[in-house]
Amino acid sequence: MSFLELKDLRVHFPTDDGLVRSVDGLSFSLERGKTLGIVGESGSGKSVTSLGILGLHKGGPAKISGEIWLDGEELVSATPEHVRQLRGKKMAMIFQDPLSAMHPFYTVGAQIIEAYRVHHDVSKSVARKHAINMLGRVGIPEPSRRVDDYPHHFSGGMRQRAMIAMALSCDPELLIADEPTTALDVTVQAQILDLMRDLQSEFDSALIIITHDLGVVAELADDILVMYGGKCIEYGNAEDIFYRPEHPYTWGLLGSMPRLDREASERLLPIKGSPPSLINVPSGCSFHPRCPYAERTEGKSVSQVPELTETDGGHLVRCHLPRAERRSLWENDVKPMMETT
Amino acid sequence: MLTYVIRRLIGAVAMLVVVSMVTFAIFFVVPQLAGATPEAFASRYVGRAATPETVQLIAERLGFNDPVVVQYARFAKGIVVGAEYDYGTGVEHCPVPCLGYSFLNQQPVWPDLLDRMPVTFSLALGAAIIWLIAGVSTGVVSALRRGSFFDRLAMGTALAGVSLPIFFTGMVTLVVFSYGLNLTAPGGSWTDFGENPGEWAYNLILPWITLAFLFAATYARLTRAGMLETMGEDYIRTARAKGLREREVVVKHGLRAALTPILTLFGLDFGLLIGGAVLTESTYSLPGLGKYAIDAIANNDLPKVMGVTLLTACFVVLASLIVDLLYAVVDPRVRLS
Ligand SMILES: Nc1ncnc2c1ncn2[C@@H]1O[C@H](COP(=O)(O)OP(=O)(O)O)[C@@H](O)[C@H]1O
Ligand code: SF4
Ligand SMILES: [Mg+2]
Repeated sequence: MSFLELKDLRVHFPTDDGLVRSVDGLSFSLERGKTLGIVGESGSGKSVTSLGILGLHKGGPAKISGEIWLDGEELVSATPEHVRQLRGKKMAMIFQDPLSAMHPFYTVGAQIIEAYRVHHDVSKSVARKHAINMLGRVGIPEPSRRVDDYPHHFSGGMRQRAMIAMALSCDPELLIADEPTTALDVTVQAQILDLMRDLQSEFDSALIIITHDLGVVAELADDILVMYGGKCIEYGNAEDIFYRPEHPYTWGLLGSMPRLDREASERLLPIKGSPPSLINVPSGCSFHPRCPYAERTEGKSVSQVPELTETDGGHLVRCHLPRAERRSLWENDVKPMMETT
Repeated sequence: MLTYVIRRLIGAVAMLVVVSMVTFAIFFVVPQLAGATPEAFASRYVGRAATPETVQLIAERLGFNDPVVVQYARFAKGIVVGAEYDYGTGVEHCPVPCLGYSFLNQQPVWPDLLDRMPVTFSLALGAAIIWLIAGVSTGVVSALRRGSFFDRLAMGTALAGVSLPIFFTGMVTLVVFSYGLNLTAPGGSWTDFGENPGEWAYNLILPWITLAFLFAATYARLTRAGMLETMGEDYIRTARAKGLREREVVVKHGLRAALTPILTLFGLDFGLLIGGAVLTESTYSLPGLGKYAIDAIANNDLPKVMGVTLLTACFVVLASLIVDLLYAVVDPRVRLS
């Protein structure tokens, strides 16, 4: 069994308007030392998935089913107290907006010290030394001085570094970074991504990077999971996804990737329409209202939910189009269009 | 930080000067604009049988004929360095801070206020402790269990608390705690703390509860609203993601942030209250500043009314100064500006 394994995870929220199927049957596995990128438009259930792994839906309104195995332990059925003890120590998380994710009333140091002392029975001064050490390791200059600063004294990039220091303070074996660079400007983004790559090889943890931008995971991820409407629609290693993608939605994501040689505004193949409702999920393939190839499946796209099937060793796709047709569409239609425009 | 403190201090002093001017204007200038003559003021210091000449003379001696600015200067000087008054029966010295003499019994106002202060302060302090503990904890639990039976009961009670008048809740608490449970004196008595602390508390329980109920209601609602907001913040999720126990998440992270607006309100409420809890003091006939003010108003004894008003204003200014300084301690972002 892998270090982390999700089996048919479902997270549903009952609301006044109906049941929100935020995560609807997600499975994947991840080994130590490996990086998984979870990619999808906003609202596809990425954050709900990561909070689910950390057990942060426990005690809330969410209805959770399926299995989450972490290092041989099942977490969905574990007690909230047990999962709390793993949280921060065995698995940790970095959030999107480090300004709102850090408490404005406590110094950066105090927040790291707190994170360390929840799981380690040490004195404040020992924890403080550790916090300073961690701040230094994530590249914050003069850490012994900055440790007493408040989050609002830090720049956006420094704040995210501090957040990373906090998440890594207990040496977690699983680190989930939920849109870690989305709130930062482009040059800082690259620095943070470099830092995460360095730290991952140093700490040898399993890393999940969540993003709506394939560009972010291009150089970092070993495997990539593309999510749409709470489901995985394509899964494979980074080369599969970037060079041999087979799902029309993945093509759309690749086409809308911001590229250095183009202005962000002239995106190549923007995906038409908007993400699906998670309450009244479209029938059949939930992507069909937006898919340019839906008519090619003799109505199956509208009437039947496609299965996630293996197209090649470890490369999974959820689409009714025959494999040969998908490959020829990619090679002859989609790829040339991306290269020429 | 030091400049911040100094700036606030200067602001507070300026505020007090303005307050003293406004108070003076309300009590001495407005009546004159409304047609009260200097003689009308003077006649209140002498007996009914006084001849117009005597009244005229007293008005002259007490300076009621002087321009308003001169009168204010004399009043302000009295507060800062003391004053001499001449009623025609000989010059009397009025020590610092001189707030003038009662119309009624020609006694200086300040010693009266000093006498009354411990009563009001005891009342306010005890009530504040009760309402802070009761109000804040009710608010926290209500917010954490939003929509539960507890929440609805607490918020219903709180609504009653803010809308019911003191004399009504006073009656109810009297019946329950004094006649029913026999926990406390039926009110109306006052024992100095130094004399007998047990009796001091025994006599005050009823007014404490009555007053605290009113405030606890507001604080419970405010705390609940604040907690609902802060518990939805991103940093709460971070705190949970660190593996903190829910109790620490709620208290150290949630309540800590929700307390700041409560602190402000508390400072102002407490400042206002130690200047006289008028309704509670008169409901239970406690000899505090509020009761003193009510009696003075009933007797039209302007210097007393003005004295209490000014003292209350001082307390409020002082309280808001303390709140401002505390704010900088509590919310580090304030120190920037
Ligand atoms: N507590 C909740 N109650 C109801 N719906 C929720 C809740 N949390 C998330 N959702 C819904 O789940 C869907 C997926 O959200 P999320 O995982 O945050 O998307 P993203 O992929 O952008 O991170 C969204 O439509 C969101 O509205
Ligand atoms: S199943 Fe049909 S609608 Fe869905 S992606 Fe494939 S072709 Fe498009
Ligand atoms: Mg998200």
